[in-house]
Amino acid sequence: MTIESKERFAPGHRACIGCGEALAVRMACKVLGDNVIIVNATGCMEIVSSQLPYTSWTVPWIHTLFENTAAVASGIEAGLKVLSRKGIRDTSNTKVVAMGGDGATLDIGLQALSGALERRHNFMYICFDNEAYMNTGIQRSSATPYGASTTTSPAGKTSIGQFTWKKNLPAIAAAHDIPYVATACPSHYKDLANKVKKAMEVNGPAYIQILSPCPTGWRCPTDNAIEVGRLAVQTGMFPLYEVENGKYKLTYNPESLKPVTDYLKAQGRFRHLSETEMGKIQEKVNLEWAKLKDLAK
Amino acid sequence: MTKPEDKLTWKDIEVGAIATEPGSASQNRTGDWRSRRPTYDQTKCNKCGLCQTYCPEGCILKNEDGFYEADLYYCKGCGICAKECPKKVITMVEEKE
Amino acid sequence: MAKRTGMEVSIAVSEAVKMAKADVIAAYPITPQTHIVEHLAELVAQGELDAEYIPVESEHSAMSACLGSSAVGARTFTATAGQGLELMHEVVYVASSMRLPIVMAVANRALSAPLSVWGDHSDVMAVRDVGWIQIFVENGQEAVDNTLCAFRIAEDRRVLLPVMVHLDGFHLSHMVEPLLFPDQKEVDEFLPPNNYPYPLNPNKPVTMGDFAPPVVYTEAKWAQEINVEKSKDTILDVWKQFGDKFGRYYKPVETYRAEDCDTLLMTMGSFSETAMMAIDKMREAGKKIGLFRIRLWRPFPYEEVRQTAKNAQTLIVLDRAISLGGVGGPVASEMRNALYPLAQRPKVVGFVGGLGGRDISPADFETIVNRGIEIAKKGSDREFEIFGVREE
Repeated sequence: MTIESKERFAPGHRACIGCGEALAVRMACKVLGDNVIIVNATGCMEIVSSQLPYTSWTVPWIHTLFENTAAVASGIEAGLKVLSRKGIRDTSNTKVVAMGGDGATLDIGLQALSGALERRHNFMYICFDNEAYMNTGIQRSSATPYGASTTTSPAGKTSIGQFTWKKNLPAIAAAHDIPYVATACPSHYKDLANKVKKAMEVNGPAYIQILSPCPTGWRCPTDNAIEVGRLAVQTGMFPLYEVENGKYKLTYNPESLKPVTDYLKAQGRFRHLSETEMGKIQEKVNLEWAKLKDLAK
Repeated sequence: MTKPEDKLTWKDIEVGAIATEPGSASQNRTGDWRSRRPTYDQTKCNKCGLCQTYCPEGCILKNEDGFYEADLYYCKGCGICAKECPKKVITMVEEKE
Repeated sequence: MAKRTGMEVSIAVSEAVKMAKADVIAAYPITPQTHIVEHLAELVAQGELDAEYIPVESEHSAMSACLGSSAVGARTFTATAGQGLELMHEVVYVASSMRLPIVMAVANRALSAPLSVWGDHSDVMAVRDVGWIQIFVENGQEAVDNTLCAFRIAEDRRVLLPVMVHLDGFHLSHMVEPLLFPDQKEVDEFLPPNNYPYPLNPNKPVTMGDFAPPVVYTEAKWAQEINVEKSKDTILDVWKQFGDKFGRYYKPVETYRAEDCDTLLMTMGSFSETAMMAIDKMREAGKKIGLFRIRLWRPFPYEEVRQTAKNAQTLIVLDRAISLGGVGGPVASEMRNALYPLAQRPKVVGFVGGLGGRDISPADFETIVNRGIEIAKKGSDREFEIFGVREE
């Protein structure tokens, strides 16, 4: 990804001011190029880019429903395969790219994703993870981190917010034994670009989860998306790694992690957390980090 | 040229409500949204391009001198460029009415 | 030269799909359509059908995969029944509003609860409003012929709408019947390759699935409705071409011994053939009764229905689905709706029967007709009648 390359997710879209997801999509699209077909789930990116009769997309793009992105992508991949085989159309290098948010991927779309990965379709799935159902107004998903306040897991007298730990979808994807799984963050753009490129080159299914900081939902200033994304990585809240044919590799491996409080205190969605709760989160991060390092040995 | 939605008749709708003009949403002047605007002290700029890399709108372009500046037609004034610039070239100022 | 073979109807539908040279098949098993997808798997595995076979993980994904493959211009087929059709409910709306020419065979089956794998029309009635072209077949030959016609109709540029071919679960799907299969060459002449106008293609990018704010949603829906209504012209045209080529002509509404009758019995699907036996018996006994069947369920053939029914005094409708707490028989209510504007119209008496695989014999049809005529004369304190329920 050179800095000069063409914008494929063009300005004029209706994402919030300072949207980390729009940035992540923009970065990914620069690497993806023009020879793609994008399948998009219902969600922020779909809504901000496709209001009838306009479109922000300059590549072929289809949105249908919320939970079926991976299934539609499967159909497209199969269609392209057979059209090419029958000599009707040369589709050999067209990459099928499915895009969905965390709600569309980890929750309602999990079945379709699992099916598509299991059937080994040649496609890549990018989950743009802003850690809640942001498009409908910040409701919790299974990707919402422990302790985050959302409208359906609000912090209150009897609640610390989200009461479960973030579902580990990269591990679920890796458990399907697919060639490539990765996590990325727009703050580490070179790493993101490399991973998108690698995923494109896989002949088979690939899954990337890109942390997409949402100033609106995470309650931080509009200029903060990159900074908070960087902190997510540097504190171990969102580690950057790859799983290539089952082999784990950390792509960001510092001597020591920054304390999670740096990350938590930068966002309004964690504002209510006590020292004890933040301590719990630190413990969990330490545990998961150790596990990850072990897998990557 | 895509007709605005409040002028579309049912006969204007393409089959399956397909949008056939790629990138037509670029008519949308998102610059109207902003309450702050980037200003530049280009003497400090080392042309690293990080501002362009990190702009969610993708509206930062190189000018004739090779310096990066936001296209105010689209710039929403988020301030990411100002925050991430390693040389502190950019200052966000209140948008005058 | 057409080949005459004895074959189970489900298998015959798959053979028709093979002759149509489908490109992509999304497959999920559900009784009683499973033989369709099983046979297609066999055909693909043996190299007899060059298609991508996607064994999806649910019917919702089956129809979703069909959206994808149809959107890139591939000839697409799937089959389902009962609960499967319900599971893909939201997706079938999208197939029609996005104007994707998918063909689906539905082996009509009752809906849970209680669980019933046996046939009735509940699954069909739940998808009346979704915007697909829907054709009912009564026997194996019709199933084969209309599967071929379905692709031709769906993919026609004047139409570009998905088509459901309804065959009664078990009562038709599992029957072995003598069938005439056309020559592959003749099928190729009848069915040109799919040529979808705006496929997803990097050479000519389009965006499919924009959202519509209130200011434009109505226009999008009206555009869809006009096209669904207009598709009837092409359907009639295709049926005529099919008839000219293969010798079997299909009409939106079919009648049997309906000339000079004062009572009409109305059925849909394979039970029509049983009803014909009852009609014959009643005619012999001197009753002026005829049978009236709808083949083209959607777009609804208002003209043909009114033309056929207007001169009868009584129209007795057999519904094999029940609209609970409402109209009872959905087809009966649509008949009333269609006939209402006529100055002269029959009294419509609705019967719900044959639910969950319950058979209706020719003698049962006679009972229904007699009771229907009685109700038409004397009225009833019920909005609709249930046939065959054990009371004590």
